[in-house]
Amino acid sequence: MTYTEITSLVLILVVLSDIFLFKNSLLTTRAFWGSYAIILPFQLLTNSWLTHRKIVMYDSNEIIGLRVASAPIEDLLFGFAMVVGFLSYWEFCKKRAKLA
Amino acid sequence: MAYLAMLAFTVAGSWWLEWAFKLRVLRRIRFTLSTIAPISIFFLVWDALAIHLSHWEFDSNQILGIYLAFNIPLEEFLFFLAVPLAIILTYEGVRKLRPQWSEQES
Repeated sequence: MTYTEITSLVLILVVLSDIFLFKNSLLTTRAFWGSYAIILPFQLLTNSWLTHRKIVMYDSNEIIGLRVASAPIEDLLFGFAMVVGFLSYWEFCKKRAKLA
Repeated sequence: MAYLAMLAFTVAGSWWLEWAFKLRVLRRIRFTLSTIAPISIFFLVWDALAIHLSHWEFDSNQILGIYLAFNIPLEEFLFFLAVPLAIILTYEGVRKLRPQWSEQES
């Protein structure tokens, strides 16, 4: 599987587990999208640092080749999956621990 | 050191939120880390696989050169610690400033 395929699959997995496993429906809250709107520019900034300076390099056979701020477009899906994944489990653990 | 600089920027750009908005994310660090760990492990397994399959590689001149389990550079472990903390601090900061935003939209 290519990076494109894996990252798409993980994104779907993370969104589905938020709904059915952790039961948050995080993507329907303004708190989530408001946070993502802040995080995204920082992702673009830090990821362009990592990719433009070639700190991390991608195999061109594993990506579709479209780049945003010097990073493969797949990284946007990766970043979104990270935000959803971590916040989803964070909310789940807070509910379980009965923390507001 | 260039990768480490990016991580330092992430920490500097997010940790102040803890004190500015009294978030109790870093204060309850053991709880916070316990919520980060399983998801980080998932992403690190992916990272290990991607490194093994050469989906991506790191410039050895721009990292510390310390490799831990499965040939994953130390910076990657720190990435999956610093970035989730930044994500959670941002989210809790937004929730603190806009409590009404946590309600589900129809």
